[in-house]
Amino acid sequence: MSTSVPTPETTSPGQRARALLKVMRDQDMIPDGYIEHLTDLMENQWDPANGARVVARAWVDEDFRRLLLEDGTAACAQFGYTGPQGEYIVALEDTPQLKNVIVCSLCSCTAWPVLGLPPEWYKGFEFRARLVREGRTVLKELGTELPAQTQVRVWDTTAETRYLVLPLRPAGSEHLDEQALRSLVTKDVLIGVALPVVR
Amino acid sequence: MDGFHDLGGFQGFGKVAHRIDTLSYKPVFKEDWEHLAYSLMFVASDHLGLFSIDEARHAVERLDVRQHVGTTYYERYVIATASLLVEAQAITQEALDEALGSPFKLANPPHSKGRAAITDRPPFEVGQRVRVRDERFAGHVRCPAYVRGKEGVVLHRTRERWPFPDSIGHGDRSAALQPTYHVQFEVRDLWGEAADDGRVVVDLFESYLDPVQPA
Repeated sequence: MSTSVPTPETTSPGQRARALLKVMRDQDMIPDGYIEHLTDLMENQWDPANGARVVARAWVDEDFRRLLLEDGTAACAQFGYTGPQGEYIVALEDTPQLKNVIVCSLCSCTAWPVLGLPPEWYKGFEFRARLVREGRTVLKELGTELPAQTQVRVWDTTAETRYLVLPLRPAGSEHLDEQALRSLVTKDVLIGVALPVVR
Repeated sequence: MDGFHDLGGFQGFGKVAHRIDTLSYKPVFKEDWEHLAYSLMFVASDHLGLFSIDEARHAVERLDVRQHVGTTYYERYVIATASLLVEAQAITQEALDEALGSPFKLANPPHSKGRAAITDRPPFEVGQRVRVRDERFAGHVRCPAYVRGKEGVVLHRTRERWPFPDSIGHGDRSAALQPTYHVQFEVRDLWGEAADDGRVVVDLFESYLDPVQPA
């Protein structure tokens, strides 16, 4: 039986991307080095290690912590972490009673310069659909079980604010210096689905 | 636009394919073409100024639903950029088809020409109760359906203002600038008992909100 459903694509996504690249090149639209420069930013420069530096500094420097919570953009700019998808940054402070988690239910918005590009699972339909509605359950499935008294607060990135989570400094980290503290702050800690752990 | 992309609260999906702190985000690009998705989009939007990122989001929303479900994230941005370049008459469908050697399926046309912001009202204040306007709009909108008609409390008003997405998402370069508000909702006010307890904060443009008059 024939239907009016569009025929499935028989070409691969890579073929389509390269076809678009060829057409844009043929039209002389792409400046020399543009793709290479942006790719370097996306692959190498925008990394969760950046956000880890910000969090570790906030853990050891009370003035910086206050600045981060009052004006996250200015605090991140001190490290040079500005740029596309990081122009208005707000840090979300965890407390013993509150766990913050970030999502973008409509697409994939993320603070690129501080957290790095979003990972596949963050952009996946499962996380986008479920986190806002059953945050505690999703965190548990991912491997983070929270005490019953800790409330889950999900932040849906639906406009221009870009978030990072400022987690609680974990017990057992008192002896660690700023450099060592950075290694506790993973990409998932910055998104809010994981807690920092002293290993 | 009440499209498939508006996924918040949609039921029927399985588990998120991830365990915390596994390094699955490395390498950043899993296939040799994936860096092209954002690169080509930024060439066309940022460098050439042919469209805004809002229009790119809207073009992804305009993908045929079956294609949307069946494509990966970066594929959708390749299709969105190609669609917007054809719509801007910067490239042609024929050139894409020829380069691909097969029909290059683009996004569906928009269902709306966009709409203007509401600009004649005083701003909302932190702590104020607000209600999300209960309206249907066929174009681009940055208000997820799950908060439509719901009440919440303002946690933050941004210090900066940005072009209203429902206008600039349709190419209106004269879009009014508006602040956004971090509005906190009780999850149980959104989905009743069919949800976990907790709160959701949505970053909403001023035009999506009305004040709630104290009882």
